[in-house]
Amino acid sequence: MNLKNIVIALSLVMSTQALASEVNVYSARKESLIKPLLDRFTEQTGIKTNLVTAKAEELLTRLENEGRNTSADLFITVDAGNLHRAKQAGVFANINSAKLNAAIPDNLRDPEGQWVGLSKRARIIFYAKERVKASELSTYEDLASAKWNNRICIRGSSNIYNQSLVASMIDANGAQAAQEWTNKLVQNMARPPKGGDRDQIKAAAAGQCDLAIANTYYYGTMLSDTKDESQLKAAQAMGVFWPNQNSRGAHVNISGAGVTKYAKNPESAVKLLEFLVNPESQKWYAEVNYEYPVIANAETSDLLKSWGTFKADNLNLDVLGKNNAEAVRIMDRAGWK
Amino acid sequence: MLNFLGRLWQPGIMLVALLLSVPVLTIASFVFEPSGENWEHLKQTVLPEYLSNSALLVAGVSVGTLLIGVSTAWLTAMCRFPGKQLFVWMLLLPLAMPAYIIAYTYTGLFDFAGPVQSQIREWTGWGYRDYYFPEVRSLGGAISMLSLVLYPYVYLLARSAFVEQSICVLEVSRTLGCGAWCSFYRVALPLARPAIVAGLSLALMETLADYGTVSYFGLGVFTTGIFRTWFGLGDSVAAAKMAAMLLMFVFTLVVIERVSRKQARYHHTTNKYSQLPEYQLKGAKALLAFLMCLLPVAFGFFLPAAQLTSWAIITFDEMVDANFVRLTVNTILLGISAALLSVLLAVFLAYGKRMLGRTSVFVSIRIAAIGYAIPGTVVAVGIIIPFAWLDNTLDQFMRERFDYSTGLLLSGTLFAVMFAYMVRFLAVSLQTIESGLGKIKPSMDDASRSLGYSPRETLFKVHMPLMKGSLLTALLIVFVDVMKELPATLILRPFNFNTLAVRAFELASDERLADSSTAALMIVVVGLLPVIYLSKSIAQSRAGHKNDG
Repeated sequence: MNLKNIVIALSLVMSTQALASEVNVYSARKESLIKPLLDRFTEQTGIKTNLVTAKAEELLTRLENEGRNTSADLFITVDAGNLHRAKQAGVFANINSAKLNAAIPDNLRDPEGQWVGLSKRARIIFYAKERVKASELSTYEDLASAKWNNRICIRGSSNIYNQSLVASMIDANGAQAAQEWTNKLVQNMARPPKGGDRDQIKAAAAGQCDLAIANTYYYGTMLSDTKDESQLKAAQAMGVFWPNQNSRGAHVNISGAGVTKYAKNPESAVKLLEFLVNPESQKWYAEVNYEYPVIANAETSDLLKSWGTFKADNLNLDVLGKNNAEAVRIMDRAGWK
Repeated sequence: MLNFLGRLWQPGIMLVALLLSVPVLTIASFVFEPSGENWEHLKQTVLPEYLSNSALLVAGVSVGTLLIGVSTAWLTAMCRFPGKQLFVWMLLLPLAMPAYIIAYTYTGLFDFAGPVQSQIREWTGWGYRDYYFPEVRSLGGAISMLSLVLYPYVYLLARSAFVEQSICVLEVSRTLGCGAWCSFYRVALPLARPAIVAGLSLALMETLADYGTVSYFGLGVFTTGIFRTWFGLGDSVAAAKMAAMLLMFVFTLVVIERVSRKQARYHHTTNKYSQLPEYQLKGAKALLAFLMCLLPVAFGFFLPAAQLTSWAIITFDEMVDANFVRLTVNTILLGISAALLSVLLAVFLAYGKRMLGRTSVFVSIRIAAIGYAIPGTVVAVGIIIPFAWLDNTLDQFMRERFDYSTGLLLSGTLFAVMFAYMVRFLAVSLQTIESGLGKIKPSMDDASRSLGYSPRETLFKVHMPLMKGSLLTALLIVFVDVMKELPATLILRPFNFNTLAVRAFELASDERLADSSTAALMIVVVGLLPVIYLSKSIAQSRAGHKNDG
């Protein structure tokens, strides 16, 4: 019995287990892009939140291994691929919330109800207004055409958003066509891929290439950069083009979340999810990080409105996760660094 | 007494080695799981490139760090020229600069879209492909970045070796007709070799473990490959195989060094120490020496620091608040405790090896130190798995036996973070202390023992004072390394626990360089204080120097 007492005493001292009215969050969204919302949630509900941020893949590994003793209640990612992976790993529980089901469209939720989308992020084409007319652009598929030879900037293939883009091409046109498309896209790159999304926009604005493929929120943060004028200037030199508007729509990824299978505070976690998709929070995503709301008719920001409305590809985002490994192999074969 | 200590010491060493190798063994054990088609796919597509890039990176960084580190160490140890007193410590400054931060700042400055090239285009009217400008984000760029921040390892250890060299051997070389160059090549350099190699191997292991710089530069090397295979392809077996290849790479380097050193011993045979005679440099030679020391400091520290400062001035108000102060305190406390613990362990291991000198001990120690070449992420995953297993097994047992759930005791605690630091950075303190200990000749031990000191007393009364410099060096490097450490801290930390490196990286990886600059600069500033203190102490702790009696 002595052993028991020692272990219990030790566990009381060291325990990371949850207290009442708390939500413990593992988040792939960076601290600055989630903490303000969590604080607001605590203010409104009195439910305390605790946060660890890291890459989704790493947090998922931690979650899987911690198993039934994990203290995480909610797992937030910044892409659909990792949500799918978490579901496959069996770390999510079913979310039963009529509120969430009503607010979020079907294609932005897991068909089995294990995760929900919280914000949308479109990956589109930006063109150097000086050298390219919008009328020359049409679809993602067209980026493989010879006229764009040496004119495209896009980041490396280790980036999940590029993997998801290729995964969506596999779904739309089949693996064979996606391979051919990727091969030609690599040939059309103006430089070996490097840097992040902002880099592509800056390089295109500076004349290293004519098209940049990037997520819209990077463009948004550049346009509203009050501290670094060069960012603003670069963004202003670029135009926004929404591809595939006459077909399936622009490629969209999501930041999303699921309640963990062994959550100690599942009710609070669902409450937090509901809070994250209320109109006010949805507007916050748009204002602070220029992401698109997942709920219909949400107020966005003036900047987002200025880019016009667009048709989004409404494929179920679970598919992005399913096709991810195949996408990586395709990119390897094409020599996409 | 020796027998008694020896009996305790050896199992102790093996236990430490075993514990610290758990993460590496965990990852390595995946190798034996059946791997699917992915391994074939990787071999056909990207693996050859990973191999050649990694090899080139290692070769390039070797040349870079040796050239800068050894030459500046020799100049500041043996020559007198304008500015030398300043350079002695300023050459250490780049140590405080995380590699990924310097990579971000250089890209910001010298990239095609950056201010420098934009200005050139404005003046000349040239466009893309009209002119040549070195590409920052390339293999060459990565070699330069890593060399600039890693040469201080070589400099630090090489310089203290040069400074601690006995005057006699140098006098002998002079009387035998050797000039300054000849003394350097034929006497000082071979004598300093263990120290230089120790410094170089630290730099190379750091190179192999680097993720931030290479991934930002879009280079396919082992670290980026492991990441991509693990998470992009979702294949932990193939990723572990890659990690195992990385380990073999490291082992090969270690073995090559051992074999080439053969049976050579590097102790001084005389007790006669006195102030080293310095070569007085004049005119063009002095200028050259001045420039050789100035350039690494300017490019490795002042230029990026200036850029960071200019960013920090703009964003200061927004980024610095009570929270920021807490981050800084967290970081410093973590750094100090990890440094103390790691030096304690290193002394235990290195001294045991010296005293026992058995192969099993030697092997254990090498195994304990292997974690330095493993990317932080891999180490972290190698910790998550066994720790969570332990927690869950204990929990299961307690539930069944006593109906009480203990939950997670180790996972997600600072203990796990600290453990990761030991795995990652023990090599640093160990190398430094071993090379310090190696310079104390065994006859010193014999004398001490014959005068009636026990081994423990020999350690505290004879070796410790002689090793003050090495101990301080080890403390400093581990402290600075821990402050810069990123992936393991990020993954393993408890809820609501942040460090400066986490803050800097989160913002920088979101391409918000200006916002990340305050945290990055703070890392540098906190790192500066021990660097300056250390350089002063090293100057005073030369073996046989008056201050040490």
